[in-house]
Amino acid sequence: MAAHIRGPEPVSMVQALNEALRSSLEDDPKVLLMGEDIGALGGVFRVTAGLAKDFGEARVVDTPLGEAGIIGAAVGLAMRGYRPVCEIQFDGFVFPAVDQLVTQVAKLRNRSRGLLSMPITVRIPFGGGIGAIEHHSESPEAYFAHTPGLKVVAPSTPADAFAMLRQAIASDDPVIFLEPKRRYWDKGVVDWTALAAPLHAAAVLVTGSDVTLVGYGPTVRTCLDASVVAAQEGRSVEVIDLRSISPLDTSTVVESVRRTGRLVIATEAHASFGPASELAARVQEQAFYSLEAPVLRVTGYDTPYPPSRIEEDWLPNMDRILDAIDRSLAY
Amino acid sequence: MIQLLDADGVRRDHPDYPLSISDGELRELYRDLVLVRRIDTEATALQRQGELGLWASLAGQEGAQIGAGRALRSQDYVFPTYREHGVAWCRDIDPVHILELFRGVSLAGGWDPSAHNMNLYTLVIGSQTLHSVGFAMGVVRDGMVGSGDTAADTAVLACFGDGATSQGDTNEAFVWAAASNLPVVFFCQNNQWAISEPVEKQSRVPLYQRAAGFGFPGVRVDGNDVLACLAVTRRALDDARSGQGPTLIEAYTYRMEAHTTSDDPTRYRNADEVARWAARDPIDRLRKHLDSRGLLDARFLDSVGEQSEQLAVRLRAATRAMPEPDPLSAFDHVYAEQTAELAQQRGQMREFLDSLEEVG
Ligand SMILES: Cc1ncc(C[n+]2csc(CCOP(=O)(O)OP(=O)(O)O)c2C)c(N)n1
Repeated sequence: MAAHIRGPEPVSMVQALNEALRSSLEDDPKVLLMGEDIGALGGVFRVTAGLAKDFGEARVVDTPLGEAGIIGAAVGLAMRGYRPVCEIQFDGFVFPAVDQLVTQVAKLRNRSRGLLSMPITVRIPFGGGIGAIEHHSESPEAYFAHTPGLKVVAPSTPADAFAMLRQAIASDDPVIFLEPKRRYWDKGVVDWTALAAPLHAAAVLVTGSDVTLVGYGPTVRTCLDASVVAAQEGRSVEVIDLRSISPLDTSTVVESVRRTGRLVIATEAHASFGPASELAARVQEQAFYSLEAPVLRVTGYDTPYPPSRIEEDWLPNMDRILDAIDRSLAY
Repeated sequence: MIQLLDADGVRRDHPDYPLSISDGELRELYRDLVLVRRIDTEATALQRQGELGLWASLAGQEGAQIGAGRALRSQDYVFPTYREHGVAWCRDIDPVHILELFRGVSLAGGWDPSAHNMNLYTLVIGSQTLHSVGFAMGVVRDGMVGSGDTAADTAVLACFGDGATSQGDTNEAFVWAAASNLPVVFFCQNNQWAISEPVEKQSRVPLYQRAAGFGFPGVRVDGNDVLACLAVTRRALDDARSGQGPTLIEAYTYRMEAHTTSDDPTRYRNADEVARWAARDPIDRLRKHLDSRGLLDARFLDSVGEQSEQLAVRLRAATRAMPEPDPLSAFDHVYAEQTAELAQQRGQMREFLDSLEEVG
């Protein structure tokens, strides 16, 4: 099948994801997609647009409405040698599937002492900032990262979205693939043929010497913007995109903190027991003597996600990140 | 399929569902239908003007919802989805509350569920069916089934869509209601579509037939016939209140608009289908019936028209006047009592917002 839009012009993250799915379907006859409304509609965000038409309903399956069913069926398909790529329509609707994910998908390799593997990818649009109603703006990554056996990643750009989704699908481990829905329509250039960086490696996007600023998924863009504003105030901010939440590339962050002495972590997930807390703990374990200030977390607050009219104040926005940078440097 | 009013508005009788209804009651049903449609068109317009973030239209389903809603007794309890604007109307819930949710100034609309005997909207497909079951278990334990006291005996109405019948929760609710013979009426509005998926993707048999396998009666009613929906729901609620257990009602209807204002139905269904259902419009049908009986005098029509206009004006004004929520309100009601750590976070947010104001 001919490549669709794999050219030099910038594409949106939605298009990049679509191409990743398309090329995975082309490359591996065992890959199949399952989800609600992913066929004729192409998914509510159009990530699967055109795929049912081009690959047929047997490989792009509009499932009955039930998330436990989608993930439970993926387990059986995986046992039969297939490589299911499941779409959960929104972050807040993954919970009916959590039993299958936590008790089965995550554990079958271990329970079978390596005889079974679960090459399942679970795509979930996640995070807030799009003015949505309840259950459509959540950041559930900590639940999954807390579950041994699951890997959890989140791209922040179209280029990473393309490369990382292909890698996740090719992985023999189950991968929770979190798509920052707020960045779906942002465009970027994708090098369609580049050798991808390792799926679970963090990336230093901007080098700097005063403070290390870490994000993933939707907060990466905000961190980059904050670094530009901080630079105008004479502050040199190093920006790291974690890319993978589990496993967590601690060494890239530790190496940076050894140089800057300060760390600010920005995630939309709630603060308590979240990914930012885990990273903070590891950094103080491994770089205690390099730290000049406490590690600061800028996160969603420990409340249910609020009504959309106040979400921008609740989210780790640029002002909150700049404030944390100030506090870190003033310490 | 149970029908008491055909597409031309001709009244039919059904031996199992006798309905004696006064001319006045018929006209009030008509008034309800017109008013809830007006809520819907007004909300759709407000969404287009950017006043609401989203709207889930009930267009086409007014007959099903008003029929079921008007069959309720005040002590009955409703567990809705997110599209139950017509049922909410029958429960005297101010539509402004519903608009708050869709504007994004409140999470769930914020009416008092116990004041209206209707729970908050539930967006997670199928969840509320299990809540109905538990509520009904409480009703049974409180002795409010089969006592013979018509002011006390209570039924629970669980609303859901055709798509929801695939969800595990819904099927567990069927099992539980059957196992304990609970006073639940499962009211499924089969509007033919779950976003882009036709009902055929969810079921190989007509949905009402599922009930038999669980061990309780199932009935399909013409969901665009408000009289049939009223009669069928009334009977099922009576059965539930008198201790005869659950019923599944499949109200066969159609979602005339997009799933929500974010959806583009041209991607998955064709205009012919929509046109066919437009010819079965629930309001037209009752209008024809009333007209044929000489019940549509100008005074009545004027009063409905005027009321509908006033309602629209009020909804517009109320939506535009909704106060912006205070960001700090996110911290309210997370726990029965604010925890110390949450109070501290709230303080941090307040300090930070104050500091922004100082900067200007
Ligand atoms: C658990 C869960 N999964 C997915 C969704 C996303 N979603 C919202 S409405 C909908 C379709 C529901 O169809 P149906 O039950 O027929 O009700 P209708 O919207 O047609 O009234 C879906 C899949 C959700 N709200 N909850």
